[in-house]
Amino acid sequence: MRTGVPTSWRERLFGTPVTAVVTLLLAAAIAWIATPIIRWALIDATWNGQTRNDCTGTGACWVFVKARFGQFMYGFYPIEERWRPNLAGLAFLLGGGAVVFAPQRLRLRLGLAALVILPLLGVWLLGGGYGLRAIETREWGGLMLTVFISIYASLIAIPLGILLALGRQSELKVIRLIAVLFIEFWRGVPIIAVIFLASLLLPLIMPTGIGVDRLARAVIGLGFCIAAYMAEAVRGGLQALPKGQREAATALGLTYWKATSFIILPQALRISLPAITNEFIALVKNTTLVLVVSILDLLGIAQASLADPNWVGMNMEAYVFSGGIYWLICFALSRWSRSLETKRGR
Amino acid sequence: MTARTFSLLSEPVIVSKALAFINDKRVRDWFYQAALLIGLAALLIYFIRNASQNMVQAGIASGFDFLWRTSGIEVPFVITNYTQSDNILSLFWAGVANTLLVTVIALVLSTLLGFLIGIARLSSIWLVQAMAGAYVEFVRNIPLLFFVLFWYFGVIAALPAPRESLSVFGVAFLNNRGLTIPLPDAGANFRYAFIAIAVSCLLHWLFLRWARRRKEATGRDAPVLRIGLLLLVLVPVLALAWATLATRWDIPVLRGFNYRGGFVVIPEFVALLAALVTYTAGFIAEIVRGGIQSVPHGQIEASAALGLRPGPTLRLVTIPQALRVMTPPMTNQYLNVLKNSSFGAAIAYPDVVSLFMGSALNNTGQAIEIIAMTLAVYLVIGLAVSAFMNWYNARIALVTR
Repeated sequence: MRTGVPTSWRERLFGTPVTAVVTLLLAAAIAWIATPIIRWALIDATWNGQTRNDCTGTGACWVFVKARFGQFMYGFYPIEERWRPNLAGLAFLLGGGAVVFAPQRLRLRLGLAALVILPLLGVWLLGGGYGLRAIETREWGGLMLTVFISIYASLIAIPLGILLALGRQSELKVIRLIAVLFIEFWRGVPIIAVIFLASLLLPLIMPTGIGVDRLARAVIGLGFCIAAYMAEAVRGGLQALPKGQREAATALGLTYWKATSFIILPQALRISLPAITNEFIALVKNTTLVLVVSILDLLGIAQASLADPNWVGMNMEAYVFSGGIYWLICFALSRWSRSLETKRGR
Repeated sequence: MTARTFSLLSEPVIVSKALAFINDKRVRDWFYQAALLIGLAALLIYFIRNASQNMVQAGIASGFDFLWRTSGIEVPFVITNYTQSDNILSLFWAGVANTLLVTVIALVLSTLLGFLIGIARLSSIWLVQAMAGAYVEFVRNIPLLFFVLFWYFGVIAALPAPRESLSVFGVAFLNNRGLTIPLPDAGANFRYAFIAIAVSCLLHWLFLRWARRRKEATGRDAPVLRIGLLLLVLVPVLALAWATLATRWDIPVLRGFNYRGGFVVIPEFVALLAALVTYTAGFIAEIVRGGIQSVPHGQIEASAALGLRPGPTLRLVTIPQALRVMTPPMTNQYLNVLKNSSFGAAIAYPDVVSLFMGSALNNTGQAIEIIAMTLAVYLVIGLAVSAFMNWYNARIALVTR
């Protein structure tokens, strides 16, 4: 295996006769495959128009995506109320930014406040009530729902995952056993089955008469499942810390919880942040599974739009657009996670 | 419990018995654990009570009697002997068999494709490396469900009708109703072939043991590679070739609008398999690359300095060390394939989740029993595989002092 990277492009592509032949063959194959795709997506595509009748080109008809853009983003959320999810998103961005850029001494308090206020604010803005028009979760959908499920499921998964990871490292046998059983159970079963399970069992185990919202069931199910994976991510960070850290904290007279929250977790979480981000990417990808309980996130809306009699035969356009958005989100997150890793490695 | 004395101060101070008791670490630990257990048990009892009340109200039966009722559910794709008039337990096994079928085939194919792409990522030819990298980055950042739906509604649905099927060497035919493959008329010859293969694997294992003992005793090498090729490649290939040629095949023929004869692999299976293989290969490629890169370059230089050729270096130095790094993540990935096979439920591939947790649950309403049985399938297989891989991992692990 060569480790040195050849410097010039000519050497990279045509360094030896074998390289040159393979490069040329592969380039021909790429051109052969990519040309029809590019023709379909760009050159022969239709860009302007309003209805299916405007799709006259032989390529893709992006008019379909344009006409449905609102639905891809918000699902069936009432058009005149779409400022609410926008505002909620902005609030999360600003709140998150404020915590990250706050001075060190305020950060913990601000972070905890944001953790309590923002989720409540988000649910209120989206769901309504208390002065806002109530909008049932049935009407939520699209990219907005993908983001909502990802954030709220990780609000369950990350704290629970940290507790489970601590439990797994605990010296108390019963606590360790409970944590291990919980983690291995949720890691051992398919997420699709967990979503079915949550939607069937949660209403069953609640007192008669108390319903659990359909979307809330899916979020809770996903949250529990991802918590087990998060726990393993956090465990990596905990195990990377030298034992002396806790011993020193105990020697200074800190109690278990003080040592954990001021000495152990700040260091462990920093180490496991790339792993936590990777689990978050997996969560974003797994939100698509709510489709099986008829909740329409971005992929669900794309899938549902195929059944529209006014837009027959738009399968590829719908898939390319929705797949592209997922790819952008996950690719950006994975790049960020990798940059965190290299930063730590230096 | 006796009162304790603290001799940190100049004179020992006797603290009161009660205070000493609640400050004792063992007592406290015991108390916390008991409190947690009691809390969890109380929560569990509360849930169970609610559930039984709700079930009584909704008129849902409990217990496992429903398993012996006639199922009446038609399954479009079975590899067991299940028919509609069998009981629900047979339906369960039909689902488990379908889950295992797609999992095993996806495992083999995605391992092959993953190794190919992983090695391509380390190629010295830049364009090969870049293409493999692009594939990995593309596949890993898109949800698996997207691939499942894409293959099913985007690709398979767009295939030509049976009349214009894509022919695979004139014996198998791919169209929008699935893949029609030839089926042997009788399985006897294949049974003999599989027995022959099993015997030859056993012989190979015995031979390896004998070769290792002899090497330890006398230091002489046995022709391990040649015998291995003979027993593990030549014998199976010959046996299967003989069985294929000696058996009469039912080759599908186009009659009217569809194919007659052979075995129809439903489009759901083809789409799920294609999605699982393309997706998982991206993850396996990364594991393979990581494993090979984890072998320090000094190891390869050292073996070259000892006079080993590139071939033996790869076989004796690089691969054994790379395998050691690759085993745990590969186990995880294999278990993921098992769990991910349940994505078939989204396109109604009749696996255990969609047959049992879907159809059977709709018919009987016995959610708790059915969910428990379905999850048990995954947990039992997962535990068995983990146990085996732990054993294997311990065998190949680096023995250090």
